[in-house]
Amino acid sequence: MIDFQGYGPRLLEGALLTLELAVLSLLVAVVLGLLTASARLSRLAVLRLPAIIYTVIIRGVPDLVLMLLLFYGAQIGINQLTDMIYDRWGWDIFINIDPFVAGVITIGLIFGAYMAETFRGAFLAVDQGQIEAAESFGMSPWLLFRHIRFPLMMRHALPGLGNNWMVLLKTTALVSIIGLSDMVRVAAEATRATHQTFLFMIPVALGYLAITSLSEIGMQWLKKRYNAGFEEAS
Amino acid sequence: MADASIPLIVSDIHKRFGNNEVLKGISLEARKGDVITLIGASGSGKSTFLRCMNLLERPDSGDILVHGEPISFRRTRHGREPADRGQLQRIRTRLSMVFQSFNLWAHMTLIANVIEAPVHVRGVPKARAMEQGMALLERVGLADRAHYYPAQLSGGQQQRGAIARALAMEPEVMLFDEPTSALDPELVGDVLKVMRELADEGRTMIVVTHEMDFARDVSNQVVYLHQGMVEEQGHPSEVLDNPSSSRLRQFLAPRGR
Amino acid sequence: MQELLQSLAPWLSDNAIFTPATLAQYWGGFVNTVQLVFISLIIGLFLAVPLAIGRASPIWILRKSIWLYTWIFRGTPLLIQLYIAYYGLAFIPGVQDSPIWPLIKDPLYPALLAFLLNTAAYTTEIFYGAIKAMPRGELEAARAYGMSPMLAYRRIILPSALRRALPAYGNEVIFMLHASAIASVVTIADLTGVAYNIYSRYYAPFSAFIFVALCYMVLSFSIQGIFRLLEKRMLAHLQPR
Repeated sequence: MIDFQGYGPRLLEGALLTLELAVLSLLVAVVLGLLTASARLSRLAVLRLPAIIYTVIIRGVPDLVLMLLLFYGAQIGINQLTDMIYDRWGWDIFINIDPFVAGVITIGLIFGAYMAETFRGAFLAVDQGQIEAAESFGMSPWLLFRHIRFPLMMRHALPGLGNNWMVLLKTTALVSIIGLSDMVRVAAEATRATHQTFLFMIPVALGYLAITSLSEIGMQWLKKRYNAGFEEAS
Repeated sequence: MADASIPLIVSDIHKRFGNNEVLKGISLEARKGDVITLIGASGSGKSTFLRCMNLLERPDSGDILVHGEPISFRRTRHGREPADRGQLQRIRTRLSMVFQSFNLWAHMTLIANVIEAPVHVRGVPKARAMEQGMALLERVGLADRAHYYPAQLSGGQQQRGAIARALAMEPEVMLFDEPTSALDPELVGDVLKVMRELADEGRTMIVVTHEMDFARDVSNQVVYLHQGMVEEQGHPSEVLDNPSSSRLRQFLAPRGR
Repeated sequence: MQELLQSLAPWLSDNAIFTPATLAQYWGGFVNTVQLVFISLIIGLFLAVPLAIGRASPIWILRKSIWLYTWIFRGTPLLIQLYIAYYGLAFIPGVQDSPIWPLIKDPLYPALLAFLLNTAAYTTEIFYGAIKAMPRGELEAARAYGMSPMLAYRRIILPSALRRALPAYGNEVIFMLHASAIASVVTIADLTGVAYNIYSRYYAPFSAFIFVALCYMVLSFSIQGIFRLLEKRMLAHLQPR
């Protein structure tokens, strides 16, 4: 057995935190991506414009800079807001941004923009005739979305979704910089303390490769599910 | 109030795309049991006219009455829109459309396609919808294909499946938009046979088609459209065998010479 | 409204953050970022071409080992690769007394090593994909005219594949620019590093980070523009007339 010099349990906790962070951020990103893609495809300019600005900004700025801005900026912004409330009304509120929540929100916000592009392309790829058929049968917009548009879109979105997930997973490593004890941070601390770089970094790298490989299997399963009825067509 | 016994009345439909006026005031009345064929060259507006009837295209002006109930419109920035979504959805369940490119939902099996709208739009219990759906697939000769996906079926089978899907809504009028145009010639016959049987049953049908034999043998009214207007209209024996306009004569003349 | 403006006024006039001294720091960070990214990209590009050819070669062991390399570098965070290069080299026993220590001590070199190996892995896969997508007919035509595999690669496959890989490579360049922000973690004063220093000195996250965000955006859009132009010229033959 490898001797992790006492860092073993913390490494495991870090791995768990990486996974939790990745899955929760993915959820935020998917919801945000769906909303943004719908806004971008809307007929209303008031919805389209903010969606475009959001995606352009996120895709033009490094993840780390956004993370630093949101993490440090949001705390100061909230402090100023609570100070103002105190000055004006005398209510003493103290809100401390939890780094985990900040991480989830930031990564979700970043990948929401990438997901939006994926979903937008996928919505546009859906055969309009099948949508018309649903309309002509009197489906309400919500029913049409749930039963027809969404499942048809998912088939086109799946490769991009899988790709985004892999990038998102690796991006979670950045939260170690803003102070979250994910597996990268634990490994870096252990390395600095013991000077045994490979002992700690290689297992963490293998951890990422393991999650990636498992995701690959999961993707195959999802592909099968959403590709039902399409195999013969292609 | 218009006569409630008449399933579908459309009157004075106008529709333009940009500067191009596609429909210049067309009216039509489908009584119970009518089989009306719309013929005309491509670009004559016949498909647009059909798509206006269940509001897949929004007519710029004109009225649509289903069993005497007029569809209400309101003006918006994007043109004339149905005023009442609920009414629109209700009326659409009474006019079933069969499309040129079938438009079966690719992610559902054939039987799931057939029961989708009855169960989720009309609220038919699933078991009953299944029973009726299987019977309909039997009728169009596809009982053994019920659990196939559309992509696993031939074009002719898909179109017959789409007809079963339309029938499952128990519609008062069936709208056919060039149902055989996308099919290989050897597959056209099966689809036309099903449509003939429906006509014999007394179903009210409006059919956009290029199949002149079908128009002659099956329909009781032929409407010839030219550049967005009705050029000639009447019983097939008059319109097809004794056309009065030279344009229709030219349209009907055997091609390939 | 008046009150709000007045409360904002000191904030706006507070120009301690954008003084000549800090602007000089930002400029230094800008130069560091561009240098780091540019050098890694150039070396990575030159590594990726032979690697992509090897990845498509019929020799099993070559194919598989290059696949393993790209799989590892694309499957793990760049941050880990950076740590391994940075700490891994520095903590080799005895290295701190060796003559190469001055070279390794500067975090720039380990960072360059990690970045260029990372971008080479991604670029290899991009080129490999483009080589794989080569229309079969064109390959057969080359073979039919008696071209050797070497000649076919030089004259037919690479010119075609590298052009078709252009859009994906443009994305990789922007990705690399953004990824380079983590260089600040190993104390390199790149754009992000400078912004962080200024943030911690003045406790002004908005002015510090929004300003570098804008810098990155300008860089990103310039790169995008350059690649659009390149694509227009080099992919003209694929456009319908």
